[in-house]
Amino acid sequence: MAYTAQDFKKGQPRWCPGCGDHFFLASLHKAMAEIGVDPWNIAVISGIGCSSRLPHYMATYGMNTIHGRAAAIATGAKVVNPSLSVWQISGDGDGLAIGGNHFIHANRRNINLNMILLNNRIYGLTKGQYSPTSPRGFVSKSSPYGTVEDPFRPAELCFGARGHFFARAVATDAQGTIDILKAAHQHKGAAVCEILQNCVIFNDGTHESVYSKEGRAKNAIYVQHGKPLIFGENSEYGLVQEGFGLKVVKIGENGITEKDILVHDAHCQDNTLQLKLALMGNGDGFPVALGVIRDVDAPTYDDSVTTQIEEISSKKKYHNFAELLETNDIWEVK
Amino acid sequence: MAETLEVKELAEVAVRFSGDSGDGMQLAGNIFSTVSATVGNSISTFPDYPADIRAPQGSLTGVSGFQVHIGAEMVYTPGDKCDVLVAMNAAALKTQYKYAKKDATIIIDTDSFQAADLKKAAFQTNDYLGEMNIDPDRVIACPITQMVKDCLADSGMDVKAMLKCRNMFALGLVCWLFDRDLEIAFNFLREKFAKKPGVADANIKVIQAGYDYGHNTHSSANNVRRIETKHKVPGRYMDITGNKATAYGFIAAAEKAGLKLYLGSYPITPATDVLHELSKHKSLGVTTVQCEDEIAGCASALGASFAGALGVTSTSGPGICLKSEAMNLAVIMELPIVVLDVQRGGPATGLPTKSEQTDLLQALFGRNGESPMPVIAATSPTDCFDAAYNACKMALEHMTPVILMTDAYVANGSAAFKLPNLAEYPAINPPYVPEELKGTWTPYMRNEETGVRYWAVPGREGFQHILGGLEKDNKTGAISTDPENHNLMTHLRQEKIDKIQVPDLDVLGDKDDAELLIVGFGGTYGHLHAAMDELRAKGKKVALAHFKYINPLPANTAAVLGKYKKVVVAEQNMGQLAAWLRMKVDNFTPYKFNQVKGQPFVVNELVEAFTEILNK
Repeated sequence: MAYTAQDFKKGQPRWCPGCGDHFFLASLHKAMAEIGVDPWNIAVISGIGCSSRLPHYMATYGMNTIHGRAAAIATGAKVVNPSLSVWQISGDGDGLAIGGNHFIHANRRNINLNMILLNNRIYGLTKGQYSPTSPRGFVSKSSPYGTVEDPFRPAELCFGARGHFFARAVATDAQGTIDILKAAHQHKGAAVCEILQNCVIFNDGTHESVYSKEGRAKNAIYVQHGKPLIFGENSEYGLVQEGFGLKVVKIGENGITEKDILVHDAHCQDNTLQLKLALMGNGDGFPVALGVIRDVDAPTYDDSVTTQIEEISSKKKYHNFAELLETNDIWEVK
Repeated sequence: MAETLEVKELAEVAVRFSGDSGDGMQLAGNIFSTVSATVGNSISTFPDYPADIRAPQGSLTGVSGFQVHIGAEMVYTPGDKCDVLVAMNAAALKTQYKYAKKDATIIIDTDSFQAADLKKAAFQTNDYLGEMNIDPDRVIACPITQMVKDCLADSGMDVKAMLKCRNMFALGLVCWLFDRDLEIAFNFLREKFAKKPGVADANIKVIQAGYDYGHNTHSSANNVRRIETKHKVPGRYMDITGNKATAYGFIAAAEKAGLKLYLGSYPITPATDVLHELSKHKSLGVTTVQCEDEIAGCASALGASFAGALGVTSTSGPGICLKSEAMNLAVIMELPIVVLDVQRGGPATGLPTKSEQTDLLQALFGRNGESPMPVIAATSPTDCFDAAYNACKMALEHMTPVILMTDAYVANGSAAFKLPNLAEYPAINPPYVPEELKGTWTPYMRNEETGVRYWAVPGREGFQHILGGLEKDNKTGAISTDPENHNLMTHLRQEKIDKIQVPDLDVLGDKDDAELLIVGFGGTYGHLHAAMDELRAKGKKVALAHFKYINPLPANTAAVLGKYKKVVVAEQNMGQLAAWLRMKVDNFTPYKFNQVKGQPFVVNELVEAFTEILNK
């Protein structure tokens, strides 16, 4: 059946005007329409936080659970009901602070979940404390003199947990967001989508350099599997490998041609270069990587559970409770 | 010589096997209980093992014990003190002798009572019997190690493998003492080691050697003793531990309800065996996930139940602390899960391998907000099956999390289990939302009589909805902070639990004219029952009311508690059940017996304490 975004909409979002959550929600509605799974076969499961309100605005099945536990709850749902399309929605606090353990283990197990991480680098619902993705020195209500700790970089956590899919989009970039959501759905296994988004009240401008279309043209690179890593307003820059790292080069200078530019391989098992792409930042003179950075096939947990149950079932001789009893040492009292 | 043997008939006997954690005492005990159960004796067992994984060999902290109580009539406990103590080394004798009766027979392996062993066990001299005031006439001192080596000299086994059979020598000796049929033990070993026939043969040879040793030297030991069976209940039986019975109860309930069983769990003593057991049964479609933490164990079980399975999580007290958040989410979302708490000694890490009943108030109240939750407590290893089944039925039919409480004692103890016939168990009917409500249904629409909301499982077209941890409007299911609505929802959640029908409280013993009513809950049933029997045998008028259903309480609770002049609430905590009953029953002022030792009650101590109350 052909769906429109309208078929996935419900209610009136209560986020602050201008919040990145609005943009993301609209893209999610559109992506789900394009994906075409029936709304009753979708479960959207969130934790707590501004962005975790999202399931309330979905015409699917959903749960707005408790802080940090969305990935664990989604794990149980997916394992027993593999035909459900399960989307886990968390913010940076929900997903990486209180829920950090569940985030890494869902990735390690490779549960077939679409794990959306809405990263605004702040706690918004509790009114402005630094989060685990806030940069060192970040001034907030709970760090009036600046934080003295380094942030997590979500890709590093995902890769460190042996994640097989990592993609990134900017909330204001509808097409970029829709593209990675569709790719996440296509990918079998835990699929982390980092959405860079603004908190207009407590952390306005945190992703300023890539928030506008013009900004992205200058400061971002859209990576595509099999395509050379070229960026810039006039596609004049590219990435090459140098030593253990990446380097920005200008095409046409110093004899560099398009052929010298590194070709993106999202399917490469070895995540070294993918991680380098994911960690690029404007501060280091690199563009911010957007799109599907890593997308590697691997056995999923839920499939493996089902397969194991089938295998063992075909080998074992007991298939119901009465037969199970008979596998014990039994004696008869007459 | 055999014809001169006197065979004594005994009503009951308790044997305690003790040795190093690696000495195989549990296996010896299990075989002895199986052999006895097979001839129809009533059995009750209790393992008492150290918290250390493997303390140094021969050390006092590394001793593990396994007590088997067998009886001609019903035995309710593993026995206070044992009639026969097997001590495989000096440390075992040192630490376990306190569990032996004054006239108990002591079996020791003299090869493990050498100077170095005695030093490790902190004996001062070589006269270890003298130091402990043990009459040598009661001791069967046997060089077990050497005899096992001799017995297996031709087997081609290495010494290490040979020494693993020492436990079987002791078992053979005990079988001789109680005139047990060795063939049953042999069959047990042949099945256990079906893939290693050499190991089975060696063990069988050593059991026979132990038995023969007893036979040949009987003049220096007690005479042969036989336990006959008085009241057999015909049927087919198996030996089962409480944890295994619990796992079986979950499996049975899921099958009856036609649901997939999901267990989310994190390893924790003494509950882990439930995870082990359920993990074996993939051929029944059981899904177990060993989660990253206790939190995820409960959270994933809740996710599983949202998605249409029977979600269960298993843990002990420290795990409940971590699960309480997701349990509370289940309360407000009104989804079924069963949370198993195999209680151990607390607080904090406490006594991981020991038994207590100290989690009751945590189960009833250990969550933020008004968070009513049914609580069921299993009374014995075999009762774990029914308790688990009923917990699942209650959760599924009333759309609520249910806490199932057992404890280390019932979880690890075992008893003969009459094979249940699932067809005789009540149906389990979850309140699935009727198709005709499509279009008008909202998540908190309730069955007016029971107060239970309907269950719409994802995958059903037209019933998409959202649940969550925020308070919801009773009519629309939308988030609501309306004061009247919150008040209403709080009352509705409470009433739903209060309306659950549970069986009336049974009164055992002198139910019409007892001078003293003993009250307890859960795993102390056997000891309280035995204490009541003993008091009644002495002519006292005593009754027992033992709670399985703690929230909601049975409807006749106030009537029962109010009927008797004296009531004593006996529990392995500081008075948690008494506090709960006093909250629910007006003017209830019981005597209290509270002991928190991490060990089961001792029947004699109960009898003494209750006699004192009777005499007041």
